[in-house]
Amino acid sequence: MIAKPYALFKKDFSSELRTRYAINSLAMFIIVAISVILFSIGNETINENLTGGLFWVVIFFTAMSGLARAFVSEEERGTTLTLQLIASPSTVFSGKLIFNLILVFCMNLVIAILYSALFERFVVQNFALFLLTFILGNIGLAVASTIIAAIIAKAGAKGTLYPVLSFPILLPLILTCVQLTLFSFDGTSFEEAQFEVAIVVGYDVIMLTASYMLFDFIWKD
Amino acid sequence: MSNYSVLSQNLSKLFGRRLIFKDINFSWEDKGIFGISGPNGSGKSTLVKIVAGLIAASSGKMIHKNSSGEIIPEKLHNHIGFVSPYLVLYEEFSAWENLKIFAEIRGVSFYEEKVLYYLTQFLLENRKDDLVKTYSSGMKQRLKFVFALMHSADVLIFDEPTSNLDEDGKKVVYNIVRNEGQNRIVIIASNESKDLELCNEVLLLEKFK
Repeated sequence: MIAKPYALFKKDFSSELRTRYAINSLAMFIIVAISVILFSIGNETINENLTGGLFWVVIFFTAMSGLARAFVSEEERGTTLTLQLIASPSTVFSGKLIFNLILVFCMNLVIAILYSALFERFVVQNFALFLLTFILGNIGLAVASTIIAAIIAKAGAKGTLYPVLSFPILLPLILTCVQLTLFSFDGTSFEEAQFEVAIVVGYDVIMLTASYMLFDFIWKD
Repeated sequence: MSNYSVLSQNLSKLFGRRLIFKDINFSWEDKGIFGISGPNGSGKSTLVKIVAGLIAASSGKMIHKNSSGEIIPEKLHNHIGFVSPYLVLYEEFSAWENLKIFAEIRGVSFYEEKVLYYLTQFLLENRKDDLVKTYSSGMKQRLKFVFALMHSADVLIFDEPTSNLDEDGKKVVYNIVRNEGQNRIVIIASNESKDLELCNEVLLLEKFK
């Protein structure tokens, strides 16, 4: 069942290593965004609230600069028809989702490491809660970005449309993840954070279910 | 006998308010070479895309059946072999890598001997390890035939099969079409009289306006 999506993921991974469609733009965005924040802060120390917020702002915009490539690159190269001829819609969505999940986890791990090294107030008191937020947030981000990428791939103004369409869809996830990150900074327990955790879990489940249900209609003209 | 049939029931297609064709009915069974012809813009490519399950008809029904019954759209892609000028293979991979990747994603076995046989037939065996981006348009067109034939599809759909091909390439294609037409359904969409001469039956799309 997973063999076909995995084969598609392998194809995308090899293709990415050869063409560097997404990796270069993601790496550049992470470096530029964090550098700009550091330069603008100067010698001042920003508080935990701002650090947590900026952490997810960088994650959101980095995702916007790279995750659309999953479908946009197929559309731009004209290989969408080829994919339609070799795989069912569910295989295509699963394969692209695996690719985006791995990309989003790697990219956000780099951002988290850079933040903890460069920002004084990025100190996690409840590491388990931070890890859970990080995992659930990344899953939600990858699922939403993948389905939005599939929608905008067929549109004309792809570059503009992606963040515009993503913002309202990702806003509940980002806001809740910011809150959970702040909880992990001040050492709030799981019991106290369970409402926010439930929101993120619910978001992930709904997005995943809706994406698989909608993808058939998006994928076929 | 392949026991495979392709049936069209009152098939119509509109793009917006523009009618492309209406009420197309045909029943192509088991084997044979079937042609689709018509002037530019008559909907040849649109019809073959509907037959291949790539786009939906505006009204009517396209049915694919084999001995086990009607094939659901989700599974249709493994029964279809498709060649067209607007089909694009992955240019960053070699021909061999492309074909191997396609077999893996389809979930079918990659029979090296069979693929090599077709690559030899289409005069590509010496270039199989070169990246597709280094191929000429004629070589890319020949590689698409290997892509269509490698998984033993029940229906072969060739949209403008001889475009970009030289005389040698055309001869190879005509031989393949004749041979394959004896075992399965081959559909050719073309305006070339030489392509249509191979067909047992030709559907003229200008009659369905």
